[in-house]
Amino acid sequence: MTLLSIRDLSIALPMGADRLYAAKDINFDLAPGEILCIVGESGSGKSMSANAVMGLLPQGVLPDKGSITFDGQSILGLSEKEMLKLRGSRISMIFQEPLSALNPLMRIGAQIAEVFEAHGALNGSERRARALKLLEEVGIPDPQAAIRAYPFQLSGGQRQRVMIAMALALEPDILIADEPTTALDVTTQAQILTLIEDLRRKRGMAVIFITHDFGVVADIADRVIVMKKGEIVEAGPAQEVLLKPQHPYTRALIDAIPRLTQTDAPEQVERAPLLKVEGLQKTFSTGSGTLFGKRRVVKAVQDVSFELYAGETIGIVGESGSGKSTVGRCLVRLLDPDGGRVLMDGVDIAHMSGAELRAQRRKLQMIFQDPFSSLNPRARVSRILTEGLIAYGTPDKEAKAKARELLELVGLDESAMKRFPHEFSGGQRQRIGIARALALEPSIIIADEAVSALDVSIQAQVLDLLAELKTRLNLSMLFITHDLRVAARICDRIIVMQKGQIVEAGPVGKVLHDPDTAYTRSLLDAIPGQDYERALAAAD
Amino acid sequence: MMSFWKRFSYNRGAVIGLVILTFVIAAAILAPILFPQSPWKMVQRPFLPPFTQDGLLLGTDALGRNVLAGLAHGAYVSLLVGLVSTIVALAIGVPVGAAAGYFAGRIDDALMRFTEFFQTIPSFALAIVLLAIFQPSLTFVIIAISIVSWPPVARLVRGEVLSLRTREFVEAASLSGLGNLQIITRHILPNALPPIIVLASLMVAQAILLESSLSFLGLGDPNIMSWGYMIGAARTVIRTAWWLSFLPGMAILLTVLALNLIGEGLNDALNPRLTRKSE
Repeated sequence: MTLLSIRDLSIALPMGADRLYAAKDINFDLAPGEILCIVGESGSGKSMSANAVMGLLPQGVLPDKGSITFDGQSILGLSEKEMLKLRGSRISMIFQEPLSALNPLMRIGAQIAEVFEAHGALNGSERRARALKLLEEVGIPDPQAAIRAYPFQLSGGQRQRVMIAMALALEPDILIADEPTTALDVTTQAQILTLIEDLRRKRGMAVIFITHDFGVVADIADRVIVMKKGEIVEAGPAQEVLLKPQHPYTRALIDAIPRLTQTDAPEQVERAPLLKVEGLQKTFSTGSGTLFGKRRVVKAVQDVSFELYAGETIGIVGESGSGKSTVGRCLVRLLDPDGGRVLMDGVDIAHMSGAELRAQRRKLQMIFQDPFSSLNPRARVSRILTEGLIAYGTPDKEAKAKARELLELVGLDESAMKRFPHEFSGGQRQRIGIARALALEPSIIIADEAVSALDVSIQAQVLDLLAELKTRLNLSMLFITHDLRVAARICDRIIVMQKGQIVEAGPVGKVLHDPDTAYTRSLLDAIPGQDYERALAAAD
Repeated sequence: MMSFWKRFSYNRGAVIGLVILTFVIAAAILAPILFPQSPWKMVQRPFLPPFTQDGLLLGTDALGRNVLAGLAHGAYVSLLVGLVSTIVALAIGVPVGAAAGYFAGRIDDALMRFTEFFQTIPSFALAIVLLAIFQPSLTFVIIAISIVSWPPVARLVRGEVLSLRTREFVEAASLSGLGNLQIITRHILPNALPPIIVLASLMVAQAILLESSLSFLGLGDPNIMSWGYMIGAARTVIRTAWWLSFLPGMAILLTVLALNLIGEGLNDALNPRLTRKSE
């Protein structure tokens, strides 16, 4: 029996888009109680296909041909009014960013009750009782308090649970989950995946799960569809697609996944440290603490000490809010540390200012997370790359020549000089960001989630580039990331942070395979797709 | 640049606004050529209705002066006051707002309290007081209008700068060793430009209205023919010669409308979110 059946569906993009179809000739079936994963890189049309099922395509984007049959009824081309009856009650959806999907001014209970209200189900007190029950079912701690809370009072994982509760309110037959765990930490991600799995089993609900992460796919999928540029390139049962991929694109994607198991620890030679951090402290406080409300103090970094040697890469890993980014920002002095010392070549840069700081800062550069906001949209690449050099007194011509060299170094063409950032893809932009960081010939690079915003295949390329540059230019790197798999791929040593403190530090092989603390162990356990990885390793 | 015009002309109102404004600018430029005589000079009997005599298309006013000549010369004054006072207001507002937004903290507090001081006084009342203190010459009219219209610019720029300065490319610029002034002028302000341009086009319209109102009250430069003065002078005869108030009134209405339409068109053309949709 099939619940949902899509035949030859094509979704046309408006004129002037980079391709004719968002999705072309899509065929798939969904059985009750099945989890179907749609995998692909950004722009592969995976979200569009799901939105077509919900009848929620953006303006100007229209289904061109084909059919969508749900429970024996054709739903493509149904009027908005008829779709409203289906949406929420029989097919519902959860999104990537739970904060923007919830109304910030409404209490959680009211938002869940609104779902019943929209479909005219139950009366006031019944709605409240059901809301409470749903919150319990999705595993929110203290549902009595959560029902009266506003979205901002909940954590990211709890918000996603609320979204799931709302999606489940009317007991739908299909749940469409569009990258529901991408914005979450690994540990939270693992919990949400377990929750979806549980609910599926208890309710016999079918799930369409859209993701770019093969680890997640391996953990929950029954069947997998791989999409590339709007077309399905491979489909089949999860075990088959993941372990015996037929299409070269699927194979490339699977090869690009960073794995925990590929670590060969380098020999440690005793050298003098390049950077020595001693007892770094940073506290954020909000509110004045006088008349209006209580002063809130967050100890973002507490007593962090470590040493970075020449040619070494240290990974700082931790969940969001662990203070790992704050450490990086304090080191380059985008934030001023409250205490402690940062010794570079024996000089303390933590409390320098003005010209002295400027002279030292040259040796310490940063690569940023978001390739879209880290480049000035109104500056050409040539200016982005030469600006720093010129500011430090390099003549214009030399700076230009240097910029051309840098572009070549990061694998971009010289013609890039005259172009604006928006003319490049995310991966290319990140290369420009790397070139900018290298322009001043620093000895230490701090990469703050430098590959987190990229697709897996591009992530792999950028990581390779960083590794290559590191050996070629004898750089030291501080690699800040939430993804232990990425850290495993590039780092020599790993520092694990939790709540502003270092909980564990050591060589990568030791930390990832034989951790000393329970916290590191829990982080490792939460990584999706571990069984799969072992299976892959066995197959190799 | 091409796509900018394409997007701008996508908004039909903006194109109409541009046509009207071009016409007004042409009138202002051609006024001394078409009507070389002073617009204050009596040319015919008073209260000559429009379209009754060749050479005096729009008739004469209460003192027998050529209304069409008055409108053309008035266009020059209106545009001059509108443009110059907006430029002066931007010259005050942009640096104040940029400094407040970028340096934050005490500097922000000080500058914003200063700005609020101006904002709490009704701008028209303040302009009247200023002109009552100064002599009523064109220069002081422009100064008075600038003084009352810079605070919104400062607030807008501050808001934009506040959000831009936390962006990663600004942080990257400071890591590259650029100074504060370079970061503000080369990285922050160019990205804050679109809303400033839109606001400026609306400020020109606002300034023209303010100048007309001041002239209407007799606080304008008594030696310069302006639309506001023409309405003010004709208000006593509005029942017998309504066109004398109506024609300059229409001129003000059309010019201000044109500027507002252009402002909206600029907003559409410069707003990156709409851009992505149309492409």
